[in-house]
Amino acid sequence: MTEPILRVSDLTVRYGRRLATRQVGLELAAGEVLGLVGESGAGKSTVGRAVVRMLPECARVEAGAIRFRGRDLLAVSEAEMRRRRGADLALVPQDPLSALNPVFRLGVQATDALRIHRGLSRREGEREVARLLARMGIPDPIDILRRHPHELSGGMRQRVLLAMAFSCEPSLVVADEPTTALDVTTQAQILRILQGLQAERGVATLFVTHDLGVVAHLAHRVAVMYAGCLVEVAPTADLFRAPAHPYTEALLNASSGAPTPTSGAGGSPRGDDGPWSALTDAPCACPFRARCPRRLAACDEAMPLLREIAPARRVACHLHG
Amino acid sequence: MNGKLVTGGLVVALLLALALTGPWVAPHDPNRQDLGQIRTPPVWAGGSPAYPLGTDSLGRDLLSRLLWGARVALVVAASSAALAALIGVPVALVAGYTRGHVDTILMRVVDVWMSIPAVLLAIALMAVLGLGLWKVVLAIVVVDWTRFARVIRGEALALREREFVEAARAVGLSPARVMVEELLPNLWPLVIVLTSLEMAVAVGVEALLSFVGLGVQASVPSWGAMIAEGRGYLMVGWWGMGLPMLALVAAVVGFNLLGEGLRERLDPRLPTAA
Amino acid sequence: MADPGMAQPGPLLEAHALTTHFRRGGVLAPGRSVRAVDGVSLTVGRRETLGLVGESGSGKTTLGRTILRLVEPTDGRIFLEGRDITELSARALRPLRRRMQMVFQNPYASLNPRRRVGRIIRQPLAVHGIPGDHDRLVADLLDSVGLPRDAGRRYPHEFSGGERQRIAIARALAVRPDLVVADEVTSGLDATVKLRVIDLLRALQAEMRVAYLFISHDLATVRQIAARVAVMYLGQVVEEAPTETLFTRPLHPYTRVLQASQPPPDPAVPWEPPVLPGEPPSPLAVPPGCRFHPRCPIAETRCRVEPPILRDLRPGHRVACHLAG
Repeated sequence: MTEPILRVSDLTVRYGRRLATRQVGLELAAGEVLGLVGESGAGKSTVGRAVVRMLPECARVEAGAIRFRGRDLLAVSEAEMRRRRGADLALVPQDPLSALNPVFRLGVQATDALRIHRGLSRREGEREVARLLARMGIPDPIDILRRHPHELSGGMRQRVLLAMAFSCEPSLVVADEPTTALDVTTQAQILRILQGLQAERGVATLFVTHDLGVVAHLAHRVAVMYAGCLVEVAPTADLFRAPAHPYTEALLNASSGAPTPTSGAGGSPRGDDGPWSALTDAPCACPFRARCPRRLAACDEAMPLLREIAPARRVACHLHG
Repeated sequence: MNGKLVTGGLVVALLLALALTGPWVAPHDPNRQDLGQIRTPPVWAGGSPAYPLGTDSLGRDLLSRLLWGARVALVVAASSAALAALIGVPVALVAGYTRGHVDTILMRVVDVWMSIPAVLLAIALMAVLGLGLWKVVLAIVVVDWTRFARVIRGEALALREREFVEAARAVGLSPARVMVEELLPNLWPLVIVLTSLEMAVAVGVEALLSFVGLGVQASVPSWGAMIAEGRGYLMVGWWGMGLPMLALVAAVVGFNLLGEGLRERLDPRLPTAA
Repeated sequence: MADPGMAQPGPLLEAHALTTHFRRGGVLAPGRSVRAVDGVSLTVGRRETLGLVGESGSGKTTLGRTILRLVEPTDGRIFLEGRDITELSARALRPLRRRMQMVFQNPYASLNPRRRVGRIIRQPLAVHGIPGDHDRLVADLLDSVGLPRDAGRRYPHEFSGGERQRIAIARALAVRPDLVVADEVTSGLDATVKLRVIDLLRALQAEMRVAYLFISHDLATVRQIAARVAVMYLGQVVEEAPTETLFTRPLHPYTRVLQASQPPPDPAVPWEPPVLPGEPPSPLAVPPGCRFHPRCPIAETRCRVEPPILRDLRPGHRVACHLAG
């Protein structure tokens, strides 16, 4: 098996006193889409941003390595990282409005990466980006590039951000909840574009989202996070068909939308629903034990390790070995 | 705890302590004249220990006058700030919450008011009203209430759009109750900061008015008056003018630091005084 | 409080051709109108849940606020139990607010951050002069929404999003209203938390006999709680039907696209993003004729010119489309 293009190992990130991620490890093969799912506070965005080294000021990487094409990104200099960002490694952020500078026309911003990394002039860059936008089905891309961000809709802005991310033909794209802020019909259009780009270019993508529906139809494999820990990784079809971790099961139940007589794991509707993914700094026990319907004695005593239970399937749960 | 808050807080606390204990700590009656000992220097520059910081042109003890002057400064500062807030905040609340015509009219009034140069207005008022501590307070309040009105109204406008205000309306609260129960509790931090800053301004204005002779009565010691008086014998020694100036600067800077420190502590995104 | 034994004739809430336009631009420069809600008629029966679905620009949120008269309608009528409340003065309206309450979208913004939770829930009780021991009533309410009885002493920021939403629900139900407008109450909540909140709303509906106007952009959520659903597009209702009918046999092309746009959380179910050109339009620039025609896959000449009327195609199933049925 060829070396994965991205290998994250033992990633532990802390915000002040809170552990955002705990020894997270995952791999991404070239051309593969890995969906990283979890609820808020699970740490999935943290992982995504750590890969492009764009964590907020207060974040501290306590441990771990992020190997991109063999180089540990956590060990390189910021200058070296800048050379990669936008070129080899791209980020598609969540909120298209705040990700774009309101003062500049889109043509100026969208061509930043091409100008910096490929040395193109602005005119050449705009032509290139316009081509990409046309491939996405936008009728008049040159006009779009002449406008300012606030003149466009959210969906259009997100398309521009996608074009920017793909303009330098990166080998890895980190998409941080790119469709969360959009209407469902607009999201469908963006997903269509992403599917097209994937079919055409096959770029390795780390797709962070809380929406299982998106992941079901876009990702080859899915990684599930809970309270900063990776609890399950599996090929998409396998994960949905036969989830191994009780939390994955609860998540699937909640997302299925089918009317349920009682709520998911955790008992009656009047149960406490404090943050589901709240971090307990208790490394010697399973973080999900408080809400797990299949809790064992072992769950209180030891943290379950991520273990391979089938080819390409890993779970961190005492129920499985 | 940030540096500004601590420093400002200490200075203001010191000022407060001196002002409160002044009458007992002061070695002499501030108005008592000792014509045999006029313009004596402080004790470390050759003066006598009976007058530790020296005397002025009429032989009055500078230390005692400084202490009593602190009382004046503090009383003026606190009363002006409090009264200006008392007038400005309700106006701001009503304007910011009701919007529409009421807001437009009130803000036009404020605009016009603010376009009059503050110091000139104060001087004119004092010229008409005559000398006196409470008249000084009145003059400052008349001039400065608009500062509160402007800034608080801006914040009230922003708050008004917040969902919890709409929720209160949905519950059925009358506008008056919304203003008092929902908006006001969220405005306190800003009011406190503005009051602090206002006190700095008030101290300065009182000193200025007294300096030109339009402030408190002659029988009441004021730092401003002391500066004016000490200026007269600057050639003899710096202390007559310098000491009250130091006190003034310390007080103004102290209140300012306190205000800025509070602003940073309570909410960094609050606007500073207009 | 309405006596459940005494049957009131007619629906609880009725909106007739309700219209809300906002003027953009100031006094000196008359701007264009934002036609947020444009001639909407709907009814909500006692103890029933009407789902209101739409995307951005649909006007669903404005409609919710207009019904409660938090926003003033430009035209049309609102009837609460047969009584016309469209033009009542603020003073006359206040006691009626006891009958209709709202739960807002953003649980982080709808609770006053400087007030304790107990005080927040007690406020409607005080405003409307509900008799009884308020402290106990507040504790009972907290209990009924699944929070500890002494949670009232804490401040909103000490609670999570889902818990804050429960507090907001407790506040809305404190005065035992007949109608609660729930505006995107589960948006921004995690999937598992959403489920709990929906369960809670359902349980409380049975217990307190309250009707819901459930506004949401999320079809799946609406499906779990609503008996009937109305779909809005650009200020108008384009389809209205019993929930299962709407989901299994939608008639309006927009409803169909909306349904097809959400990828099912199951890779075994084949899914292709439906093609829907353009963007959700702005209520500043409303297309002539059928408002959906620029993006409609089956639009004809007639659709560009003549606005369709919302009419009953089947019993209980209204559609505004020239080509449906």
